[in-house]
Amino acid sequence: MTAQTDPTGKKLGMWLFLYTEIVLFGGLFVLYAVYFAGYTDDFIAGAKELDLFFGVVNTIVLLISSFCVAAGITAVQKAHNRIALAGLWGALACGAVFLVNKYIEWGHKFEHGIYPGSDRLADGPAGQNLFFGLYFVITGLHGLHIIIGMTLLAVSLVLVTRQKITAQNNAMLDNSGLYWHLVDLIWIFIFPLFYLVV
Amino acid sequence: MTSFYQTPEPAGFTGIKSWLITFDHKRIALLYLFSILFWFLLAVTLGGLIRLELMFPGKTVLSAQMYNSVFTLHGVIMIFLFIIPALPAIFGNFFLPIHIGADDVYFPRLNLLSWYLYMAGGIVAIVSLFSDGFPDTGWTFYVPFSISTHTNVSTAVFAAFILGFSSMLTGLNFITTIHKMRAKTMGWLQLPLFTWSLYATAWVQLLATPVITITLVLVVVERLFNVGLFDPARGGDPILYQHLFWIYSHPAVYIMILPGMGVISEIIPVSARKSIFGYKAIVASSLAIAIAGSLVWAHHMYTSGMSDTAVFVFSLLTFVVAIPSAIKVFSWVATLYKGAIEMTPPLLFSLCFIYLFSVGGLTGLVLGAAGANIHVHDTHFVVAHFHFTMFGGTGFAFFAALHYWWPKMFGKMYDFKKAYIAAILVTAGFMLHYVPMFVLGLQGMPRRYYDYLPQYAAGNFFAGFGALCMIAGIGLMVVNLLASLARERTAAADDPWGGVTLEWTIPSPPPLHNFDKDPEVMDYPYDFTKVTAVGSGAGTIKPETGK
Repeated sequence: MTAQTDPTGKKLGMWLFLYTEIVLFGGLFVLYAVYFAGYTDDFIAGAKELDLFFGVVNTIVLLISSFCVAAGITAVQKAHNRIALAGLWGALACGAVFLVNKYIEWGHKFEHGIYPGSDRLADGPAGQNLFFGLYFVITGLHGLHIIIGMTLLAVSLVLVTRQKITAQNNAMLDNSGLYWHLVDLIWIFIFPLFYLVV
Repeated sequence: MTSFYQTPEPAGFTGIKSWLITFDHKRIALLYLFSILFWFLLAVTLGGLIRLELMFPGKTVLSAQMYNSVFTLHGVIMIFLFIIPALPAIFGNFFLPIHIGADDVYFPRLNLLSWYLYMAGGIVAIVSLFSDGFPDTGWTFYVPFSISTHTNVSTAVFAAFILGFSSMLTGLNFITTIHKMRAKTMGWLQLPLFTWSLYATAWVQLLATPVITITLVLVVVERLFNVGLFDPARGGDPILYQHLFWIYSHPAVYIMILPGMGVISEIIPVSARKSIFGYKAIVASSLAIAIAGSLVWAHHMYTSGMSDTAVFVFSLLTFVVAIPSAIKVFSWVATLYKGAIEMTPPLLFSLCFIYLFSVGGLTGLVLGAAGANIHVHDTHFVVAHFHFTMFGGTGFAFFAALHYWWPKMFGKMYDFKKAYIAAILVTAGFMLHYVPMFVLGLQGMPRRYYDYLPQYAAGNFFAGFGALCMIAGIGLMVVNLLASLARERTAAADDPWGGVTLEWTIPSPPPLHNFDKDPEVMDYPYDFTKVTAVGSGAGTIKPETGK
């Protein structure tokens, strides 16, 4: 006869889920580690071809978005719904900027004949093929997570507007925020691995 | 008293529809039961086809290409659609909340979603059958073949991906439930051992499954975009695929066996009317298996090409896993010692489990030893070994659980005599089926081959004959269980076995909210003093029909 009364369980469940996300990317980082050890010079050469400007901008954009989400959650807890909505809109905007940047960045690479299975990569050094292979797979999967995170934030935003997420009942927003922070955190690891290993 | 079968139905959702939108963990468990039984029987049939093909040299019933697809399909269904979900999703869902005195799992909606994901995975697997033909890679999807074969690997891999999610979410749900939903008075060391084993399992599901997810994603990515991450011609390393694959898939065998061990730990003390020997040791060994079992994956790869140091370390760790497994076996046997043993169908299956699992475990050490492994690697010896653990272990635990909890789940008792005959048929068929494979493997017959040299003919004939016995036994068992549902006169008692965990304190089948009054949690979950004091002993267990 014990109905579900302990709201902390929702957060526990989310943390467990976040753990699985870390392991998901962990598998790719293992590949990165092994191939980096084998082809260090090629990886460094590959990193030089990436545009550091886009990487830095995207890092800053994501950090700002995380701040917006955190501010939004605090605002909801204090029942300041307008600030909360502003925070969530800000985060969504940052996510959009990130994706647009990614689109431009990938577009440049495609123009230069660098894409999975391209002739240039196939004929070039093996290590560079692996570097860009991992680059596209990891940033692609991360981009997918950005889209999922934005969807969660957008749903939370609608729920805040409709007063379904309130100071007392905000587990959905809290968990979406946690997810967003994780996506941000993973980028913090991706950024140096691809842009800074020069 | 109304049971959960008579739940009020929302308008527009009557009959089967009301089941499809249910959040009740008991109903979801039954949804799992029947869908899993379907897949199990299908995969048994496929396995039977393989054995029939191999019963005589040369082509008999299947073409070579068909044979490759059939053994892949048999493996994929048995692993992803039967053994991994069977015990947690059916009996875990049904009894975990009741064991801890709760009225449901913590995330009931997620629970239903897991079932839908499970069904979606199954349907996608079937779709891949009818598009470009089912993969002929074996269930391991090893590169480079899985990337170059023209069969429909992508769809099958995607099915496994969805099923992985289902399994992971179930694990997440169970961990949260055990942490947050226990009855107020129930401490960790008052949990029944089945629940403890589910807890250990859930952690492995959560820790390991994402690795297979990303591995399978990479197979699809390679097939679609041709990145070359595992292609040696372009710098990749195919061995890395095997590492990633087994980092999940070896812990996965503990996802399969741990709940089975939990089931046996429930049945043995109840049948012996005696407190379980070494409760804490069994709990600790479950956790030890979960941890050590996650560190042994590369023992599948001794012949793939690894440094001698790696082979040595993984061989050593493999031997370490044998210790907690042996602790459990000895604890069960010690529980039976001087107990007031009452033979029942679930106990007979459990005893068969202990024997078969021990053989499976010990032959695992033959394979884990780096030297011996080279001789028997990828032979029928391996096939026999993992069927002894997975089928003789988890499969028999599944049968035992079916017979143990059937009366509680349906409120109906089955016929004991037919159950005994079925158990004996399955076990005898099992021995006749798999023991020849040990011999064939030692003599050098490789696994997965379509045909064989004349000297292997006798062994393969016996194995095929055993398969027929086994299938007959399984058929009889399923028919006997289902027949009990049709017969009105065999209503089961609330506590037909004299069990003392919480599920036996409530009616059979349980009411909608499990407990109509607050459950009384015992200080120790295997205290049989009250049961033996009543002098129930012999006689009470017989089904109410019988003599």
